[in-house]
Amino acid sequence: MTDQAYNFAYLDEQTKRMIRRAILKGVAIPGYQVPFASREMPMPYGWGTGGVQVSAAVLTPDDTLKVIDQGADDTTNAVSIRSFFERTAGVATTTATRDATVIQTRHRIPEEPLTEGQILVYQVPIPEPLRFLEPRESETRKMHSLEEYGLMHVKLYEDISRHGHIATSYAYPVKVEGRYVMDPSPIPKFDNPKLSGTPAIQLFGAGREQRIYALPPYTQAVSLDFDDHPFTPSKADHPCGLCAATDSYLDEVITDDQGGRMFVCSDTDYCTARQAAGHKGKDAA
Amino acid sequence: MTPLLSVQGITKHYGTHIGCADVSFDLYPGEVMGIVGESGSGKSTLLNCMAGHLAPDAGRVMFDTRKPSGDDAAGHDTYGPRDTVTMSEPERRMLSRTDWAFVHQHARDGLRMGVSAGGNVGERLMAVGARHYASIRDQATDWLGRVEIDAGRIDDRPTTFSGGMQQRLQIARNLVTGPRLVFMDEPTGGLDVSVQARLLDLLRGLVRDMGLSAIIVTHDLAVVRLLADRIMVMKSGRVVESGLTDQVLDDPQHAYSQLLVSSVLQV
Ligand SMILES: Nc1ncnc2c1ncn2[C@@H]1O[C@H](COP(=O)(O)OP(=O)(O)OP(=O)(O)O)[C@@H](O)[C@H]1O
Ligand SMILES: [Mg+2]
Ligand SMILES: [Zn+2]
Repeated sequence: MTDQAYNFAYLDEQTKRMIRRAILKGVAIPGYQVPFASREMPMPYGWGTGGVQVSAAVLTPDDTLKVIDQGADDTTNAVSIRSFFERTAGVATTTATRDATVIQTRHRIPEEPLTEGQILVYQVPIPEPLRFLEPRESETRKMHSLEEYGLMHVKLYEDISRHGHIATSYAYPVKVEGRYVMDPSPIPKFDNPKLSGTPAIQLFGAGREQRIYALPPYTQAVSLDFDDHPFTPSKADHPCGLCAATDSYLDEVITDDQGGRMFVCSDTDYCTARQAAGHKGKDAA
Repeated sequence: MTPLLSVQGITKHYGTHIGCADVSFDLYPGEVMGIVGESGSGKSTLLNCMAGHLAPDAGRVMFDTRKPSGDDAAGHDTYGPRDTVTMSEPERRMLSRTDWAFVHQHARDGLRMGVSAGGNVGERLMAVGARHYASIRDQATDWLGRVEIDAGRIDDRPTTFSGGMQQRLQIARNLVTGPRLVFMDEPTGGLDVSVQARLLDLLRGLVRDMGLSAIIVTHDLAVVRLLADRIMVMKSGRVVESGLTDQVLDDPQHAYSQLLVSSVLQV
């Protein structure tokens, strides 16, 4: 099956070793952004080349890969990355979270709790959480090294002063093990609690920005907040229209051109599995 | 009495060119020192060396650091006069957001233009650990009032402020953590005369009420006349005369000081 024109998982062994070294350093210093020499991948940057390079470096022939984009296995982006690794690494693929050993994701953490031995690889567009207020890279690097994180709270302050509450709902910053402040990539803040204490390894790859960072298993990641405006992982206040789940992150879906709409799990594997187990929402056929 | 700041032999070259040379003086708590001199005489170079923005080639900048309060005091015996040139960068940066303040000539260099007035004032509080939104906001409101900015502007960005308001906002942002020493580089430069007068009045009031010590760089002798207890006259990177403000301005001894004073009087 493997296309022999490519090395296993596309990248040459030397490049993979270089990326693995960056990953190991990231795992050793949770939340710290490790620079790496990002390679050209046969896909545009917006398609998650950072995540793809990290996946390529950790995949082994025995792995089973799952790829999700906003929780779904069947978007163009997810399908093309999955087929890329089927072609270049010949690995087995799956849509079932529990069967996967490596999961590459864009913008979501699966609903089903991850387990020891699994690796979750995030595609990251902008790794630097301080970037929005401090564009100078030399300065943000210094801020991280000296733990000067007041600026993160300035952003949250601005949120509250403008909206009456912390309006940041994606890429919500976390402090890792009381040390580095980290951007968890544009996952909804609903997913933030799942970042912390998970038995899986979490790896973050930013291709264009050439950064890798990591949360080793069982690492604490605390969402930043104010004493009088505590972090809340908001979610829609209704169950999934298809599987009736009340604990999942929902997407709004337009069902017809008469303005009909319903709310369904963004994690398609989770929703499908629940429906197969007999759970039925109010919009289910 | 221990000087708050003791500057000893500060020298800074740019290549072979002299920025400032062998400058020494003591500043006592509550004192305001003015540094005057023509353009290029080394005023900003000296100020930036003292404030830790530039590394001097030689010399010491001894600052009388505070004893940490409460629980933090345990194990700390390094308070009292410390050389800020050789102290570690984290310590120096900590000083610059607690005990020190720096007011830039151009407000945009000292403000975050993309952040509201309240966020600008609150930043130093958050930088030293404030985590209660309502109390940060209360202090920001209080400080806007003290620099005569309407509380209703708290959520507006400084880009919508006049030059004078921006400068007053920069001052509020710097003073909110109760610093003991304020460095100012031409704080009234680039402002209209009437706006300058109001800012000077305000600065004078704040310095007096808070018992601030300050070092003010300016080439406007009217500014030092109003604010400074003592002045130093600089020329070609060196201090050519220093003394009580009124004495130096009314009876300058050095030929260059005489020229400086008379050229102002002629304007
Ligand atoms: N970054 C630099 N590189 C090289 N030379 C510099 C630099 N900054 C200042 N100088 C030189 O050092 C000398 C002192 O400059 P400085 O900026 O300290 O003067 P100043 O008294 O603040 O002047 P002004 O009133 O115009 O602000 C001048 O000759 C200046 O040209
Ligand atoms: Mg200058
Ligand atoms: Zn569902």
